[in-house]
Order: sequence, then structure tokens, then C-alpha cells
Amino acid sequence: MGYTIVKKEELIPGQTSMVVIDAPQIAKKAKPGNFVMIRTSEKGERVPLTIADCDKDAGTITIVFLVVGKSTAEMNALNEGDEFMDVCGPLGKPTHIEKSGTVICVGGGTGIAAMHHIAKGHVEAGNRVIAIVGARSKDLLLFCTELSSFCPELRIATDDGSEGHKGFVTEVLLDILETEDDVAEVVAIGPVPMMEAVSNVTRPFEVKTTVSLNSIMVDGIGMCGACRCTVGGETLFACVDGPEFDGHKVDFAELKARLWQFKEQEEESMERFSKECRCDV
Amino acid sequence: MSDKKKKVVRPRTPMPHQDAMKRGTNFSEVALGYSREQALVEAERCLQCKKPLCQDGCPVNIDIKGFIAALVDEDLKGAYDVIRKTNSLPAVCGRVCPQETQCEGKCILGKKHEPVAIGRLERYVADTYAAESACEEVTDLSTCALERDDLKVACIGAGPASLTVAGYLAGRGIKVDVFEALHEPGGVLVYGIPEFRLPKSIVARELGGLEELGVSFHTNWVGGKTITIQDMLEQGYNAIFIGVGAGLPRFLKIPGENLVGVFSANEYLTRVNLGRAYEFPNYDTPAYNARRVAVIGAGNVAMDAARTALRMGADEVSIVYRRSEDEMPARREEIEHAVEEGVRIRCLCGPLSFHGDDKGCLKAMTVQKMELGEPDESGRCSPVCLDGETEQIPCDMAIIAVGTRPNPILLEATPELGLNKWGYIEADPETGETSMPNVFAGGDIVTGAATVISAMGAGRRAAKEIADRLL
Ligand SMILES: Cc1cc2nc3c(=O)[nH]c(=O)nc-3n(C[C@H](O)[C@H](O)[C@H](O)COP(=O)(O)OP(=O)(O)OC[C@H]3O[C@@H](n4cnc5c(N)ncnc54)[C@H](O)[C@@H]3O)c2cc1C
Ligand SMILES: Cc1cc2nc3c(=O)[nH]c(=O)nc-3n(C[C@H](O)[C@H](O)[C@H](O)COP(=O)(O)OP(=O)(O)OC[C@H]3O[C@@H](n4cnc5c(N)ncnc54)[C@H](O)[C@@H]3O)c2cc1C
Ligand code: SF4
Ligand code: FES
Repeated sequence: MGYTIVKKEELIPGQTSMVVIDAPQIAKKAKPGNFVMIRTSEKGERVPLTIADCDKDAGTITIVFLVVGKSTAEMNALNEGDEFMDVCGPLGKPTHIEKSGTVICVGGGTGIAAMHHIAKGHVEAGNRVIAIVGARSKDLLLFCTELSSFCPELRIATDDGSEGHKGFVTEVLLDILETEDDVAEVVAIGPVPMMEAVSNVTRPFEVKTTVSLNSIMVDGIGMCGACRCTVGGETLFACVDGPEFDGHKVDFAELKARLWQFKEQEEESMERFSKECRCDV
Repeated sequence: MSDKKKKVVRPRTPMPHQDAMKRGTNFSEVALGYSREQALVEAERCLQCKKPLCQDGCPVNIDIKGFIAALVDEDLKGAYDVIRKTNSLPAVCGRVCPQETQCEGKCILGKKHEPVAIGRLERYVADTYAAESACEEVTDLSTCALERDDLKVACIGAGPASLTVAGYLAGRGIKVDVFEALHEPGGVLVYGIPEFRLPKSIVARELGGLEELGVSFHTNWVGGKTITIQDMLEQGYNAIFIGVGAGLPRFLKIPGENLVGVFSANEYLTRVNLGRAYEFPNYDTPAYNARRVAVIGAGNVAMDAARTALRMGADEVSIVYRRSEDEMPARREEIEHAVEEGVRIRCLCGPLSFHGDDKGCLKAMTVQKMELGEPDESGRCSPVCLDGETEQIPCDMAIIAVGTRPNPILLEATPELGLNKWGYIEADPETGETSMPNVFAGGDIVTGAATVISAMGAGRRAAKEIADRLL
């Protein structure tokens, strides 16, 4: 029994896709901040992906993923009607959401999708949400329409200036922090360097900063220890203690080093996969 | 009388093994199993004691003398029936049980000679007599006429504890749903114990037997996340059994532990076994490539990790242990196999710190030399530091196999469950019932990391209690 893809949309062709998966039991339980472990086929790897949205009535969850290596490329080769072999979740601790005032949600790259689910949660809890999204250029922005549908304050930053502020999300964030007095929390989801930069920007303002760590995972249920991160000097497991942590306490250098652990093998997999694909056509 | 006196006790029949030099490079099973002749010769060594102590030594109380007698009569089906009466995973137990401290440890022959090779005989019977009608085997009734549509039981986790509960109850006609978080059922039998010691096809066969009995396996269902105990009670399950295992790996809390190249045994073995990393890149899950590997700990888990690393191509693999070889908790046979394959044992060394290069990758480990002191509360001699005596061991991979802590997922979602002071589930030793009525628990989540057979023993006690209440 697989997990059928009921809808697929290539948000950025060949690079970022959104899939809606039939998984009623997971949809019933999913909360913002949760993730799932997906395995595409018999020989596939278990890959963690954030639940970007869920529809409890339809029994579906939405995943947005960036094609970076073999597993995500294989996922992207599937179409509507196809099935994933395994979808396991919802995993991880849900985002802590309470009515707290002004919350700035910063999303970068594919992280915008995950951020959007969390921003929605904060809006529903009655918070004033300022969303900042960033990408290299305009064509790589995601979910802006969805975000603006519930979040009146949306700021955009692109590296090349093709839309919104020319530069990084952190510059926009700094601007806001300098003018707004009582920001209750900053949430950042995106590439590790971006989350690190956001944490560095907010540190002098002593604003609570939450980041979502994308450490390498194997089981996602606290059994292997692959996802361990140092937070405030303590070793914690991203899959059961997180994935969200206090950005001011995370050892980002260690996280970055650990993300490179299997680089050689990942490249080998990808190379083989691209070759196989070409043979097929 | 005179007959017995004349009887010369033959030596124990050796187990045929895959050649030590060759097997260090493949994942095929190490112990090859007895032939029919070898099994019969070994079975005839059994004295058929009036008071068979071996049976008391078995946590699921197999009628050992009975199955050996049937084997001597070449009644294989009879022998299998006897075993299956109390053990639903004989092919697994025959391979991985610590027989030397259980049945064989108590065998009367062992007092003066070598004990009967009970485990090997159990394996022979199970392998040779593959189940034909699973229903018949487990219930010792010829049909499942007792099927009851109105009763259902849920098991959380699909390790040996739950599998035993499922087999027992299904055999008595009760519908059992097993919910497993991973994508394959089997627990440690599939993600922990490597192929060369317990082939996955053997586990699959035993699981197939359970499916034939009507047990449904639901993989990718995380108890406490995808479904909670509360949900299960609301869905009308008459009883729930928790067999989620011991879970979270322990680390040493020493500097450098999160360097690239330092792994928990769980991660390493899960990658290789569940993810089939030994077939990478044909399978996608990678394992880390290393030349010099240090494994910390000396239990079965450590031996499995060390022997796996060797097979994955490491040049040099050492077991680093803070006590001496006599205190090693692993099964004797596994230690011997490891040494034969080339694993080096470094005793009386306690890890102090790990050191990395500028990219954050492990390069070496510093260990503290130890000597043996007085026995501690575990009854084993305690390791005592030799002041100032340290050594650097070069290594590019370290595997930490020093035990586990209870996994928090299900426990956090079920605050009503009473826990003991170590955080494991508190369960009645007779019935397995927890602080929640009709919710039972057993196996490693109750005892902490133990053995396959003790998990099965707990499953059996709980299943009996559940059946008594429901039927
Ligand atoms: C909790 C969590 C949520 C995530 N959510 C998303 C998401 O919503 N969208 C998205 O695009 N990505 C997400 N990721 C990252 C995603 O899991 C990786 O991009 C993916 O595993 C890459 O697999 P691959 O085989 O395609 O690439 P590979 O070639 O295997 O690896 C490329 C890079 O991905 C990372 N990676 C590889 N394997 C894993 C693994 N098993 N677990 C985590 N990271 C890995 C490493 O940094 C690696 O260098 C999330 C990660 C985590 C931990
Ligand atoms: C590497 C290794 C080697 C070993 N060698 C031996 C040996 O030679 N001989 C021996 O007797 N013993 C050995 N053991 C110990 C033995 O395997 C365990 O004691 C035994 O498997 C415990 O059984 P269990 O049913 O309690 O749990 P497990 O076998 O741990 O199974 C628990 C299952 O529950 C699942 N699970 C966990 N949490 C959840 C959740 N929330 N929801 C749903 N499912 C969940 C897990 O994924 C797992 O599949 C070894 C252990 C290891 C790790
Ligand atoms: S104790 Fe040994 S000799 Fe006696 S019945 Fe058991 S296996 Fe046979
Ligand atoms: S992914 Fe295995 S412990 Fe977190």
C-alpha cells in the first residue's frame, strides 16, 4: 500500500516541486513544524521533508522539495497518480505557537514552504505576522500568493534585485528590528547559512529566535542519533527534541560539517542516477 | 545402569562455519547450520534427564528434552511442534539466543563435559521444517475455528516482544494489528542484527508465518504520533501491547563526540541493515567509508558493529573496552567470531576525547588506560584509571555502542503511563500490565536493552494474560 500523489506542481521546473500526498492518518495529526520521512521505492533512502500544509478533510499533506540529489530527483520523477512507497509521520515536535504579539517569519529558498505553514499557525493564533521571503531571483520565489492570502505584511528580498529588496533577507529583518519595538519572536527556515545569519542579526536585539534544523536523519524517530546537534552545549536529537531550536544556542559550524558527511556517496548516487535517466530516453 | 556407564560421552558436534578469511568480506551467514547427520549425532548426546534443567534455563520454557527426543526419532514435525508450542520465532532464537547462559548453561552434561548444542538443534529443526500450516503450528489445534470477529488487539512496535504477542493471540483466533514506525517489521532483528548473523530471509519467513495466521502489519505508523494509545482505546481495541524496544542511543558525553565520523552503533547498523548500505550504490542509503575504525563497548551490539565495519571494507577494526575480556557482555561465540575475522580487542581503555581535523572529521581518539579493581554492583570487576596513562589511537571512524535510553516518542504522548526510575515502562512482572488497564508492555522498553528471548518471554506472559481475560 503506497501513498498516492494526488497533485503535483513543478514550482520551479526541474528544481522545486510541490506534491500533495494522500495520507489521511498523517493529515489528521499534522501540526505546523512537523515533518515526514519519505522513501520513494524499495531501494530508496528515507528522506525527511517538512509538512508544508495539510488538509484534514481531504486527508492530504503537502510537501515542497528542492531537487538536490538522487532521492529528491527520484521523487521529482514521479507524477500525479504515482505512489511513494513509504510516508511516515507526522514527526518532530510541532512549532510552539501561542498568542504572543508580533512574529517575524523569515523563509529562504525551499524553506519558504515550511515557513508558510508556521506563519499560518501564528496568524490563526492571533499574532501579527510579518513574513520575509528571500531567494536568489524572482523566479525562485515560492508561495508568495499563498502567503499574502493570509498575511498582509509580506516583504521580499532577492539577491539580484529582480523583486523587492536587492540583497539578503537579513537586511530586511534588520530594518524591521530597528523600527519595531516589541517583536516577540523571529522564526527562520531555510538554508543553514541563512538561519545562522538571522540568528546573528537578532542576537543583539535579544529577540527569541527559532530555527528549524535540517540535519541528516536516518530513522526520524530517535533511534539512530544521526540527527544530533549541539544546542546550548548539550547534544540534542533534531528528530525528537526538534527540529526547531533556539537559534542563539545552535552550534551551526558543527551542523554544517555534519551535513557534508556523505558527500562522496551522494555524488556517486547522483551521477549514476543521471546516467540511468539518460539511458531511458 | 550398566548401559549408561558404558556410554562414552562424545564431544559436542562442531558447527560448520563459512571460512573466517572469506567471510570477513561478505554478508552471507557465518554459521552454516548442521546437516541432518550432524543434528542426529548431536541430538543423541542428550541424556533425556528426568529433571531437565535446560528447560528451566529457557525464558520461554521450551520442552527441550521433548523436542530432542522427537529429533532422535527423526520425527522432524514432532520436534518442530514441540518448539512452536512455546516459541514463535525458533529460527531466530536458534541463531541469536545466548544459550551458553540459558538452556545450555544449565544442561547437566555441561557439568563434566560440553553441554548439548541446544541452540544449534533448535535452528536445525526450525530451518528444516519450515512452517506448512502456521495455524496448526502455533495453536497445536488443527484449525483456527476459534476465530473471533469481536475481539481485536493492537501491538505497538514489531520487534520480538510484539511478534510473540501477535503470534500467540492470532493463534487463538484474535485479530491482531501490529503498528511499526519503520518501513519494515522485525525490530532489532532487521535493523540491528546483521545479515551475516541473522539473514533477513529467515526473519521474513517467520513474519510470513504470522501473516498467514491473520496478523496485519501496519508499517510507517508511529505510536504516539500517527496513532496514540488513546486513539486505539477509542477505536475499540480490547487490549494494547507496547513493545517499542529501548530506542535512543547513549553517547559518552566526551569532547568531540559530534565530529563527522563518530556514529552510534544504531545509526551505523541501521544504515547497513535496514538501508542495505552494503549494497550501495545499488541501494541509496550510504554508510561512511573508513579505514581505521574504533568500536567503543563490548556487547553484542559492539561485536556486530565491528564485524560489519570489517565487511564494509575497513583495514583495521578495534574494540575498545574499559574492562577486561572476561567482563565483555557479548556472547562468547560472537567475540570468538570477531577475533577470528581480524577484529582487534583493546581492553582496559576508556575513551576520553575525540579529535578532528579542520573540516570537523574524526582523526584520533584519546583513551585512558585502566586496571581492574574491586567488583562493582554488577558483580564485574570495576575499571580503575591509571593516572596519567593515556594513549592516542588514530581512527577515522568511531562507533559508540554503550547502550540505549528509553525512546521518548510514545511515552511523551502517553503521560498516564507509569515509568520506573530509569524511565522505562513499569509493568507487572507476571502479567505485563502497565498502570493503564488493559495496556500491556514488555521487552526492552520495560527491562532496558536485554535479549530477544527475554522480550519474547515477556510477550508470552502478556499474551497469555490477554487471552485469559478476553476468551
Ligand atoms: C526535518 C527536516 C525537514 C526538511 N524539510 C525539507 C523540505 O521541506 N524541503 C526540502 O527541499 N528539503 C527539506 N529537508 C532537506 C532534505 O531532507 C534533503 O534535501 C534531502 O534529504 C536530500 O536528499 P537527496 O538524496 O536528494 O540528496 P543527497 O545527494 O543525498 O544530499 C544532498 C544534501 O542533503 C542533505 N541530506 C542528505 N541526506 C539527508 C537526510 N537523510 N536527511 C537530511 N538531510 C540530508 C545533506 O546536506 C546533503 O549534503 C529537510 C530536512 C530535515 C532534517
Ligand atoms: C545490534 C544488536 C545485536 C543484538 N544481538 C543480540 C543477540 O545476539 N542475542 C539476543 O538475544 N539479543 C540481541 N540483541 C538484543 C535484542 O535484539 C533485543 O533485546 C530485542 O530485540 C528486544 O525486543 P523488543 O521487541 O523489546 O524491541 P525491538 O526489537 O527493539 O523492536 C521494537 C520495534 O518497535 C519500533 N518502534 C519504536 N518506537 C515505536 C513507536 N513509537 N511506534 C511504533 N513502533 C515503534 C521499532 O522501530 C522496532 O521495530 C541485540 C541488539 C542489537 C541492537
Ligand atoms: S539438561 Fe542437557 S542432557 Fe539433560 S535433557 Fe536438557 S539438553 Fe538433554
Ligand atoms: S534521525 Fe535517527 S535519531 Fe534522529
